Amino acid sequence: MVMTAAERIPGVEVRHDAPSGPALREVVFDVEDLTVAYGGKSALSGVSLEVYKNFVTAFIGPSGCGKSTFIRCFNRMNDLIPSATVDGTILYHGEDLYGREVDPVEVRRLIGMVFQKPNPFPKSIFDNVAFGPRVLGLKDGLDDRVRHALEQAALWDEVKSRLKESALSLSGGQQQRLCIARALAVEPEVILMDEPASALDPISTTRIEDLMDELKREYTIVIVTHNMQQAARVADMTAFFSVEVDENRDARTGILVEYDVTSKIFTNPSDQRTEDYVTGRFG
Amino acid sequence: MSAAATTLVAAKPRGRVLGAVFMGYLLLSLAIGFALLLWLLVDIAATGLPYIDRALFLNDPSADPAIAGARPAILGTLYIGALLLVFTVPLGVGTAIYLEEYADKERWYNRLLELNIQNLAAVPSIVYGILGLAFLVRGLGLGRVLLAGAMILTLLVLPVVIIASREAIRAVSASIRQGAFALGATKWQVVWRQVLPAAAPGMATGSILALSRAIGETAPLLLVGALTYVAFNPSLLDQFTVLPIQIFQWTSRPQEEFKVLAAAAIIVLLAILLSLNAVAIWVRNRYQKRW
Ligand SMILES: Nc1ncnc2c1ncn2[C@@H]1O[C@H](COP(=O)(O)OP(=O)(O)OP(=O)(O)O)[C@@H](O)[C@H]1O
Ligand SMILES: [Mg+2]
Repeated sequence: MVMTAAERIPGVEVRHDAPSGPALREVVFDVEDLTVAYGGKSALSGVSLEVYKNFVTAFIGPSGCGKSTFIRCFNRMNDLIPSATVDGTILYHGEDLYGREVDPVEVRRLIGMVFQKPNPFPKSIFDNVAFGPRVLGLKDGLDDRVRHALEQAALWDEVKSRLKESALSLSGGQQQRLCIARALAVEPEVILMDEPASALDPISTTRIEDLMDELKREYTIVIVTHNMQQAARVADMTAFFSVEVDENRDARTGILVEYDVTSKIFTNPSDQRTEDYVTGRFG
Repeated sequence: MSAAATTLVAAKPRGRVLGAVFMGYLLLSLAIGFALLLWLLVDIAATGLPYIDRALFLNDPSADPAIAGARPAILGTLYIGALLLVFTVPLGVGTAIYLEEYADKERWYNRLLELNIQNLAAVPSIVYGILGLAFLVRGLGLGRVLLAGAMILTLLVLPVVIIASREAIRAVSASIRQGAFALGATKWQVVWRQVLPAAAPGMATGSILALSRAIGETAPLLLVGALTYVAFNPSLLDQFTVLPIQIFQWTSRPQEEFKVLAAAAIIVLLAILLSLNAVAIWVRNRYQKRW
């Protein structure tokens, strides 16, 4: 028998308990031939994939291959970068996310985001979580809402006695869970996480990974990660991106190499480049 | 013998000498500034303090130094200060928010605007005085009134307030903005609930320092017609005087008594300026941690 890729990477255990296969799943995002450029230079080109409901979908790939660029397309955060242009389509439950009528503010209310570096507002812990509901005008039962979000983010017990204290007094791992709670407080459908654990210690990382397992019952989660063990542990589907270098034009463009069930990506990838990357032979 | 030990013991002596020289230079510059300031303050305090009495605050100026006071000038300065605050802060902060948050920096008119503001901050105050005389006093026909004085000082400090406010806005980290946008906040909500509170301490400090500079100004006010002798309380559309002008007038009198009165008035002016700075520090500390 041929040794699979994963067996050659110490420490990577692949989950085999993926629930019903993607074919039976409801599609949340349908990405069709997406190209993103900054000031005319394309950073990501021709990406097509589907993101399924109540799945954790991971994006992996070398630095600069456009993972952050891609994940920012799902909640139209790229709109905030003046030089960025997005071509192609992303359907969200069949509706064009970049359609003329679509209000990016409304999009971000349904599709939350957690950033690589914890970015709590310099306010109290309570006010951080309450910010989202407040800007949406959800004033009723604010206390319960904040509490529920903190509980979901597995932070409630640690902060329940100090809700009025500054969020900046929390540890990095707590701050990141606070940011997750903050995103959950507005009850989005999807949560995008761009390397949410990259600045955290292994224990905080484990907690956030456990959290994702919990959260995917209610939410659809998209995560960018550099940590392959992490992708293997938490993700149901994994997309591997890579950089295509055009020597003649000195252009580097991110492309989607392979997208499949996580166990397939890590044990039996169909593309040589994926295999090289997950086995650490990349570059 | 052990390389590790030697590197620990002897730093390069040249580095140390340079360090010591530099430290000495720092202390010297500090000492010069501090000593001069202290000398000035002590000198003025010694002369003026005994003459700070009810008469100084309550009486009109007079040819008789024994009963002369600075009431109209003190009130004039306070009025102008209040008007400046009301005029400059909304205008300056508004302009700064527009330039930082809304203006498309690629557009030529926004860049021109920016360049202009930078340059205006460097225009000498006397030039503003001439402008005020030409456009406010004569052009608009306001006459030589307090309002014209306040308006011209507003123009004078506005560029400084704008620049300070822009710095404060720029110092608000992008990650906070992104975090707020990602929660579905509108541009208005992001600016109003995150950026402004975060920038408030910097804006307040900058504005108040600019204001205290304006309150010490004499030249432009002389041109728009602040008088040296005013024996009634100021009002918006009336003639007026302010402390620096009263001080200037008293120091130019030959009698020794007036020089002493001037010293007392200087102490009052300093007290007003120092309290403004104290307010700036208080605002900064109050808002620094969280909002
Ligand atoms: N705001 C921007 N303006 C211009 N170019 C950008 C911008 N953001 C990203 N890029 C470029 O787009 C390409 C992809 O960047 P991106 O941040 O999406 O990569 P990434 O896969 O997230 O990398 P990493 O793993 O290091 O976070 C890079 O070449 C980068 O220089
Ligand atoms: Mg990235």
